[in-house]
Amino acid sequence: MMNTAGHPMLKTHGVHKSFTLHLQGGTTMPVLENVELTVNSGECVVLSGPSGAGKSTLMRSLYGNYRVGEGSILIRHQDSWVDLATADPRSILAVRRDTLGYVSQFLRVVPRVPTIEIVAEALTLRGADHAEAVTRARTLLLRLNLPERLHNLPPATFSGGEQQRVNLARGFIGGHPILLLDEPTASLDAINRDAVVGLVAEAKAAGTAILGIVHDLPTRDAIADRLFKLYPAQMAAA
Amino acid sequence: MTLPLLEAHDLQLQFGSIRALDHVSMALWPGEVLAIVGESGSGKTTLLKVLSGSDKPDAGQVLYRDPELALHDVHAMGAPQLRALHRSDWGFVQQNPRDALRMGVSAGGNVGERLMAQGDRNYGNIRQVALDWLAQVEIDGRRIDDLPRTFSGGMLQRLQIARTLATHPRLVFMDEPTGGLDVSVQAKLLDLIRSLVSRLGLAVILVTHDIAVARLLAGRILVMRRGQVVETGLTDQVLDDPQHPYTQLLVSSVLQA
Repeated sequence: MMNTAGHPMLKTHGVHKSFTLHLQGGTTMPVLENVELTVNSGECVVLSGPSGAGKSTLMRSLYGNYRVGEGSILIRHQDSWVDLATADPRSILAVRRDTLGYVSQFLRVVPRVPTIEIVAEALTLRGADHAEAVTRARTLLLRLNLPERLHNLPPATFSGGEQQRVNLARGFIGGHPILLLDEPTASLDAINRDAVVGLVAEAKAAGTAILGIVHDLPTRDAIADRLFKLYPAQMAAA
Repeated sequence: MTLPLLEAHDLQLQFGSIRALDHVSMALWPGEVLAIVGESGSGKTTLLKVLSGSDKPDAGQVLYRDPELALHDVHAMGAPQLRALHRSDWGFVQQNPRDALRMGVSAGGNVGERLMAQGDRNYGNIRQVALDWLAQVEIDGRRIDDLPRTFSGGMLQRLQIARTLATHPRLVFMDEPTGGLDVSVQAKLLDLIRSLVSRLGLAVILVTHDIAVARLLAGRILVMRRGQVVETGLTDQVLDDPQHPYTQLLVSSVLQA
């Protein structure tokens, strides 16, 4: 068992992020200002703050999907720290493959690929045997109440909730030491929310550092060890 | 730290008054897929031709690092050497498979031809390798003796991929590989390319005007406009948080299906 007392896995220092909209006359929108956040192993931190406070922008920045203007985003990757704000693309891809998992709100995949393969791929990319990855994918999908008859179909025609669960399975199967969850329960019913709460609890017990955006309060209360509040940038500046 | 497989330094090429390549530099590492995107006339196909040695730049260098880590100046080597490179370490997938395949030679012959060019003379062995490759690109082995002209567009493209990969290149150049195909065939081919590339650890330079294709296949992207590289970086970062005005325009112009 890992030490779950917690050591830092993700740290940000002085993160600033603004968007410059060149198609709208070069308007600049500040979104994040001076964000200082630490997430430890074995804990789940949930971002809070009003709509427009930059929760999703912060999540995407932490994954290297958005480029921050200033500050550092330090990720504990194979016993050293990698700064995603300055790392080259190949290093960011290596961090994502081995250390940093992400569950987005939307599923974006190659069309016509069966669900089971989409989920298993997240594991084979990390070097797992294909047959073993498929077995684990099946177990995880069933646990998220996605019936076996759907496993060999591509997810394009699935409902929002079903796609969300494919996304969750894909995010959890890799067993990454750090997991970012962007509204993982947004389109799920109560039974499936409970399944997610169970997965998060297990991941925490295994030492995973988790950061989430969770709007539904029962889920939030069930998984969060603490909240991290964000304020809209303009207000923070005033 | 591994060294790049291919490097280009300050490439320049002028067609009359048009700057086809304007101080372009890039590097590609082993096992990496790099997409070159931009609208027609941006210079992306010209760049591919210069990188692969078929067009000469006015200035600048393209360097290839072989498996023994020796560097070769692609435009300084002789034509026979460049042909040898294209037959062994490199592969090229054309947009139109008819430009690469020999339409009068059987499917198996098209795959086997590249193996023979590498010196393999054992007929039984060549036929077996060809059968394996047809299976990998999901072409029925019973079609091995059929002529390519009896194949559909999607099958031809898969045959070209089998022919290209049969000799185990380390670096593959692809020019709009899903370009002329129906959307349904395109999806299947994208999945095939993606799984082959990751399983074989290929380095790929992919030219496409379709940024959705770039997103699905490439880890890194290079955006070109009027012969210049306007933005480059991690594919999803460049597409989701574009910094350059032109990239913002390109991304916001895509039709959502």
